[in-house]
Amino acid sequence: MKYVDEYRDRGKAQILLREIEALAGSMEIPRTRPLHIMEVCGGHTHSIFRYGIEGMLPKSIELVHGPVCVLPMGRVDDCVAIAERPEVIFTTFGDAMRVPGSRKSLLQARADGADVRMVYSPMDALALARKNPGREVVFFGIGFETTMPSTALTVLQAEREGIKNFSVFCNHITIVPTIKAILDSPGLHLDGFLGPGHVSMVIGTAPYEFIARFYKKPMVVAGFEPLDVLQSIWMVLKQIKEGRCEIENEYARVVPDAGNSPALRAVARVYELREFFEWRGLGSIDHSGMKMRRAYARFDAERRFALPNVKIADPKSCQCGEVLKGVIKPWQCKVFGTACTPEKPLGALMVSSEGACAAYYRYGGAKRQRNEAYIEAGEA
Amino acid sequence: MNVVPLIAKRPRGKVCVPTVTLAHGGGGKAMKDLIDDVFLAAFDNPLLAPLDDQARLDLAGLAERGDRLAFTTDSFVVDPLSFPGGDIGKLAVCGTINDLAVGGAVPLYLSCAVIVEEGISIDFLRRIASSMADTARQAGVAIVTGDTKVVNKGACDKMFITTSGIGAIRSDIELGAHRARPGDVVVVNGLLGDHGAAILSARGDLAMELPIESDCAPLHDLVAALLAAAPGTRFLRDPTRGGTATVLNEIADAAQVAIEIDEATTPIRDEVRGFCEILGLDPLYLANEGKIVAVIPPEQAQSALAALRAHPQGGSATVIGRVTAGEPGRVTMRTVFGGERIVDMLVGEQLPRIC
Repeated sequence: MKYVDEYRDRGKAQILLREIEALAGSMEIPRTRPLHIMEVCGGHTHSIFRYGIEGMLPKSIELVHGPVCVLPMGRVDDCVAIAERPEVIFTTFGDAMRVPGSRKSLLQARADGADVRMVYSPMDALALARKNPGREVVFFGIGFETTMPSTALTVLQAEREGIKNFSVFCNHITIVPTIKAILDSPGLHLDGFLGPGHVSMVIGTAPYEFIARFYKKPMVVAGFEPLDVLQSIWMVLKQIKEGRCEIENEYARVVPDAGNSPALRAVARVYELREFFEWRGLGSIDHSGMKMRRAYARFDAERRFALPNVKIADPKSCQCGEVLKGVIKPWQCKVFGTACTPEKPLGALMVSSEGACAAYYRYGGAKRQRNEAYIEAGEA
Repeated sequence: MNVVPLIAKRPRGKVCVPTVTLAHGGGGKAMKDLIDDVFLAAFDNPLLAPLDDQARLDLAGLAERGDRLAFTTDSFVVDPLSFPGGDIGKLAVCGTINDLAVGGAVPLYLSCAVIVEEGISIDFLRRIASSMADTARQAGVAIVTGDTKVVNKGACDKMFITTSGIGAIRSDIELGAHRARPGDVVVVNGLLGDHGAAILSARGDLAMELPIESDCAPLHDLVAALLAAAPGTRFLRDPTRGGTATVLNEIADAAQVAIEIDEATTPIRDEVRGFCEILGLDPLYLANEGKIVAVIPPEQAQSALAALRAHPQGGSATVIGRVTAGEPGRVTMRTVFGGERIVDMLVGEQLPRIC
C-alpha cells in the first residue's frame, strides 16, 4: 500500500534502532530505572504493540502508556440511561461499547433491548436522525481534540438543517490540562513525551510549550506509523542527551504548527470548558472536559434528558491512576490478572485494547521478565 | 378387482402468491406447495423425493467409502443474505461441506432446515434454494432431508438456514489439532480475510464500496488433493468466524506448542489491508469461507504446497509460519517491521477502533 508501507520499512527501522542504541548507550541514565518516555495517545500504544516496537528497543528505554479515553463509570451509566429510553437511538463508536458502567456496558444494554447502534462518524448519526424523525438520535461524543471538531461540525450541520431529533452526549476531553495533571502528580518519573499526532493536527504544537518551558520535559509530536514512533523516540533521546527541552514536530506531513483553524473555530463555537471533569483512575481534573454552550442546548443530550448523574467511585482495589501516571507497572496492581481481566475488566485500562493493562495482560510474560530483569540488574 | 394404478410421479404443488405468509408454515396445503415448488424442485433427488420424515441411506455404500462417519451441523444467519461472491444458500452448503472436509471426510449428504420470516418474497426463496442446489450439485453432495418453518415478522431476521452433513472418512486419514509438533509448517491456501471484508462492506453502513468478493467455496476437492500429496498432514481447519488468528490459537492450545507466523508471508490482498487500516480492524480475525489452515510435517511441506498451488482454489497457497517448542499455547507474529507481537484470541466481537 502506497504511503503506508514506506513507513513500515524494516531496513530503515534497523538503521534507526542502531542510532537509538548508540544514543541510549552514550547517555548517563540513572542505573535504578530505565528512561521513561510516555506516549500520550492510544493510537501510539496501538502501533507500539501491533509492530512489537517495545521489544525492539534497548532495555534502557521504557515506554509508559498514557491516558486512553478513561470514562468514569457514572458517565457510562448516564449513557446506558439515555440508551434505555424507548424513543432513543443511541449511536456510538464501536470501541466505546464494551466500557463497563456500574450496572452494564452499552453492549449489555443493547442485548437487553436498548437501540444502540455502532456508527463510524457523527454524520452517520445525523443521517439516522433524518431517516427516523419519530425517534431521538443521540451521539456519544468521546475523545480528545481529534474527534471534537467532527461532532462540533455535525451539530452545526444539524442546526443549519433545522433537525430537531439529534443531540450529542458530550464527553469530550481536552489534552493540555490532562498532560498538566499527569505532570503535577507526585511520584512521577517521566523523561519525555511522544506528543499526540492527531490531536496536534487540530490544535497545533504551540499549546504544548509549557511542557518544555515550565516542566523542563522534551516532547516530540509523533505520527502513528512504526517508523514515526522510532524516529520520535530518537528525537526525544537526542533532546535529553543534548540537555534541550523543546516541542519538536516529527509529524510535520500532517501536523501544521498552527493547527487547523476552521476545526478550532467549530469547536470554540459549539463547546466550552467544564469546570472539572471526572476521570476514571485519575479523579477530577480541572478544565479537562468540554460541554456544549448554552446556544446549542437543544443539541445537548445532557440538557434534554434527565440523567442519573451519580458519581460512582472507582473500585477501591483499582490502581488505574497509578498505572496511568507510570508510578506502578500494570502487573504491580493488586487486582491485575485476578479480579481484573479483559473478560471482566474492573479498571478502564483493562477495557480497551490500547489500555496499558489489557496490553500487558496479552503480551504478558516475556515483557514482564524483560523489565524485571532490567530492574534487578540496576539494583544489583 | 379394481387395481389402483401406480402413480410414478405425484403432481407437484405450486405457490401462486408473491410472498411467504404464516400459512406456508401451517402444515397444510400451502406448506406442501411451498416445499414442492421451492425446495423439492431445486434439490431434486431420489432420496428426498418421497418427502418422508427421514432420508434412508444405504449403510453398505457408506462403509465402502471409509471406516468412520463424520457428522456436523452449522447455522447460517448472515446479514446481508446476498453479497458479492455468494448468498446465504451457497454459504450454508459450503460451510457444512467444509466442516466435513477439514476432518478428512468425503462429504455425501446434507440436511437443510430453513426458518423464514413472513413477508419474504417467494422468488427470493427460489433463488436461495437454487443457489444451494447448484452448489451441492457441483460439489457432488445431495440435500436429502429438510424442514421449513415460517415465523412472525420480527421473530427472525428474514431467513436462517441450518445444514447438517455426513461424510465418510477413509481409514488411513487421521487429523487432529493435538498432533501438531514443533518443526511443522503452517500453510494457508490463499488470501485471507476476503469473506469478512466483503460482508462488512456489503452491509452498506460504511459508505465504502470494496471490489472484493467472498471466497465462499467448497473445499473437499482441494483437501483431497492435499491429503494425497501430503498424507502426513497433521491437522486442517477452515478459519471461518474468528479468523486465522483464532484457529492458530486453538492449534497451539490443543497441542501445547507455540506457533510463530510471519507477517511478510501472510497473504492478504491490498484492498483488505486498506479496508482494515481505515476501520481499525485486524485481517487475521476476519472470517474466511474458502480457506484452510493446514499443519504439515516439514518433509511434506513442498509436495503439499505444490498440490495446493496446482488446484484452482490454492493458487496463492503459502507457508505462513511454523510450530515451535516455545511457550505452550502462544501464537506470535514476526511483524514486517521486525518486531514481534502476540496474536491472541479475541475476547468478544472485533470492534472497530475509531478514536
